[in-house]
Amino acid sequence: MSTKRIPHWADVTLVPLLSVFLAFVISAVLIWAIGESPWEAVKLMVDGAFGSSYGWGYTLYYATNFMFTGLAVAVAFQARLFNIGGEGQAALGGLGVALVCLYIPWPHWTLALLGASLGAAAFGALWAFIPGYLQAKRGSHIVITTIMFNFIAASFLNYMLVSFLRPQGSQDPSSPRFPDATTLPKLHEILGLFGIPFSKVPPVNISLLIATALCFAVWWMLWRTRLGYQIRAFGESEPAAKYAGISPARITIIVMLISGGLAGLMALNNVMGEQERLVLNAVEGAGFIGIAVALMGRNHPFGVFLAAILFGFLYQGGAELALWTGIPRELIVVIQALVILFTGALDNMVRIPIAKLFAIRRTG
Amino acid sequence: MDMATFAQVLDSTLRLATPLLFACLAGLISERAGIFDIGLEGKMLAAAFLAAAIAFVSGNVWLGVLAGIAVSVCMSLIHGVASITFRGNQLISGVAINFLAAGITVVIAQRWFQQGGRTPSLTGDARMAPLELPFAEALADVPVLGPVYGIFSGHALLVYVAFLCVPATWFLLFRTRFGLRLRAVGENPAAVDTAGISVIGMRYGAVAICGVLCGLAGAYLSTGLSAGFVKDMSAGRGYIALAAMIFAKWRPWHAMGAVLLFGLLEAVANRFQSIEIMGLALPIQVMQALPYILTVVILAGFVGRAIPPRAGGSPYVKEH
Repeated sequence: MSTKRIPHWADVTLVPLLSVFLAFVISAVLIWAIGESPWEAVKLMVDGAFGSSYGWGYTLYYATNFMFTGLAVAVAFQARLFNIGGEGQAALGGLGVALVCLYIPWPHWTLALLGASLGAAAFGALWAFIPGYLQAKRGSHIVITTIMFNFIAASFLNYMLVSFLRPQGSQDPSSPRFPDATTLPKLHEILGLFGIPFSKVPPVNISLLIATALCFAVWWMLWRTRLGYQIRAFGESEPAAKYAGISPARITIIVMLISGGLAGLMALNNVMGEQERLVLNAVEGAGFIGIAVALMGRNHPFGVFLAAILFGFLYQGGAELALWTGIPRELIVVIQALVILFTGALDNMVRIPIAKLFAIRRTG
Repeated sequence: MDMATFAQVLDSTLRLATPLLFACLAGLISERAGIFDIGLEGKMLAAAFLAAAIAFVSGNVWLGVLAGIAVSVCMSLIHGVASITFRGNQLISGVAINFLAAGITVVIAQRWFQQGGRTPSLTGDARMAPLELPFAEALADVPVLGPVYGIFSGHALLVYVAFLCVPATWFLLFRTRFGLRLRAVGENPAAVDTAGISVIGMRYGAVAICGVLCGLAGAYLSTGLSAGFVKDMSAGRGYIALAAMIFAKWRPWHAMGAVLLFGLLEAVANRFQSIEIMGLALPIQVMQALPYILTVVILAGFVGRAIPPRAGGSPYVKEH
């Protein structure tokens, strides 16, 4: 690595912003190359995502998903573990939510939310536990095992839906609708209590508040508790952590449990909050977007919060774009890829010139 | 299961194993040189798209194949720049390449063909023609020998190329000076550097070969196995190839065994809804998940131990 020092503020703001800027520039070139106007596209996206409370509602709904999965990836990254399994863990979280909502007669949504949270977190954590355990005890590469577990999760979920959860006579591989008592309050209902009008259409719900609270909780855990210190120490240097009496196996497993639990909790938003039943491929790639969100947010919970909103904007704006122009939704996947590439892999390409600039300023 | 069904399943096993084999050998060569590559999937997908697109426009499948190889090598070079030159995280770079391909193929396909992110169906010379082996016709009626020979005959040229790549890869890695250096770069780059050989050069070479092979995998997928490109058509094959590579413990001949096994699983899952083994009905989803489960078991070291090349995944930093 280049050892030239960059001031901390530049490291956490300048480097990610410049990376995202590069990703946007290349995306703009792509839009231009397929014969559309980048400027019009940006206007449409901003208007579609932030121009109305309807747009805001969808932006925040998507952002909620990405906060959960982004936090999941970020926590693992803090211990220098790359959890690509958010997709599978979130899918399993959905199964947890479905089982809790379908088979327990909840009297009120508050209790159902509590139960579903436990179910979602437990199933997600369990799905991350196995790769975590195998990494800790058997040295199996966590990246490969979590990728494999995404596929195993997809098959397992397919099997559960087709063979058990699907109502008799239904062709559709999905569970029955959850009972009404498990319906989560939507954001417009919550804002309505304060007399603030908000569109009733978007699925954004109380999970947004939970995700936001979790951003804070994860920050607290990482920087204000002993466990968080151990996680970060382990991430900085495994030999040093070992020397300080921190057990690598223990930290690896705990971090993966937390990470999987966070990814699993995403099901509160999409399965319980939006679909109100379990469908095939409910996660729709949100687990992978968590990687981009975590990288862009520099693995810091507040960074994740902001990056999640940016990706929520991209998602909602991208949907509008697909509706009104010839640009398909997959453009967002390209942007996501470029963000991952520039913030995660080509980090040094951005960092080295910035470091040089600071070096010149210091000496000059 | 009657003989004809059995022959059909084996026949499609060979076809389904072909893209896996190309991609698996691609990953094997890259990782032997110390560059992890989880971007096999993306390179395959990009190649599948461009091969189908160019084959459709030009009406010549081989121009398509060349285009597929070209785009795949370009993506390999992105991976090379990120992981070799800028010493970035190889795993993250691979993930980025997978998404880049997943997104950009649909965006461009929509722009070029307006068919919802697919290419038009390929016909005639735009598709790979089956290659009848000599005497296949004459032997068809001979019992046992006829059907068995029939399984091997009548595939696209790239199927045979893929299986020939196995001894070629073995020879390249274990019987040439280039191969020795390539493996050394993956095990102990500092030693190679001391010997005056460019680590960077070797690694770029390996990454480029990986790109060519992924290009062939993708081109076969869209012009041989299917007749045209559809969105996300690689459908996890790049990851299965990765699984096969680990399963084979980074050895070419074993890689062929692994992809044949995974190809067979896919062929059986395509042919039957569920399968009964010793009175136990195995649901189709188990068949689909089996390659991944087997890989995890191998990785966990319960059945043998899969040890990757020692310097895999870490960028090489020259000492000053």
